[in-house]
Amino acid sequence: MIGVSHYLILSGILFSIGFMGVLRRKNLLMLFFATEVMLNAVNIAFAAIGNYYGDLSGQMFAFFVIAVAASEVAVGLGLLILLHKKYGSLDLEVISTMKG
Amino acid sequence: MYEFIAFYVFAISTTILFLITAFSKNVLYAMTALAAGMVMISGFFFLLGADFLGVVQLIVYVGAVMALYAFAMMFFDATKDIKEKHANPAIVFLLGGLMAVVFVVMFSAPIIGENIIGTSNYPIGYAEGLGAFGNAQDVGLVLFTKYLIPFELAAVMLLVAMIAGIILAGKKMDHSLTTTEEQIHEADDEILKETK
Repeated sequence: MIGVSHYLILSGILFSIGFMGVLRRKNLLMLFFATEVMLNAVNIAFAAIGNYYGDLSGQMFAFFVIAVAASEVAVGLGLLILLHKKYGSLDLEVISTMKG
Repeated sequence: MYEFIAFYVFAISTTILFLITAFSKNVLYAMTALAAGMVMISGFFFLLGADFLGVVQLIVYVGAVMALYAFAMMFFDATKDIKEKHANPAIVFLLGGLMAVVFVVMFSAPIIGENIIGTSNYPIGYAEGLGAFGNAQDVGLVLFTKYLIPFELAAVMLLVAMIAGIILAGKKMDHSLTTTEEQIHEADDEILKETK
């Protein structure tokens, strides 16, 4: 029998993978992929906790996370296309204008 | 037993696929691995009895979000490998590893508190008393009663995001990037000749 702990540990591992991706990525598109990984990891945790308590609220929160992720991708990709038109690259080293 | 096998198959495949997403140098490989990993994640939702959530995950993430990424990929050069300059990878791996341990402990902390008695206001099988069965009915009932206002706010947010996406990406969409001004004039002249 798979308990809630298995799901939570898996969710933590997936979140860490996404976090590592966010830390080391320099390309903006790849950085977006890493954030998607993190959002998905959190969704697993929500669903697992909701299942453990026998409550539907966990699933509800996962729905709203999915809605937020969908709108984030729409706006983010629009911005990425604009940045690509302006700089010809999506590399953070090229795009960054603030020195520090 | 089947749950056990299914969980480990999904767990190992998602971990490997997301590792490819986070560490691959090729955008196409990363995107394909992300899409496949999201399909595997929907498997967890089905295992957890959240059928509706699993279907939404498949439709919204694998269907819509990944299609959006694939379309956006047409604007960028996806075939060549990405070169990323890492100033000092050792510190990234040290910090990342430390944070990874913290996250796993944080996420799995509820294991210790397993004697917590949850107060479930909306228990699974909520719709059963009302003559309906299944996860979709449960979700519908709760979503349109307690979570109605967040649901409508999410709808407005998606509308705002859609308009923002169109305005940001669709600027000067009526000008073709592949045809030059001369070609357009030539085409106009031909149309004028034909009408004469």
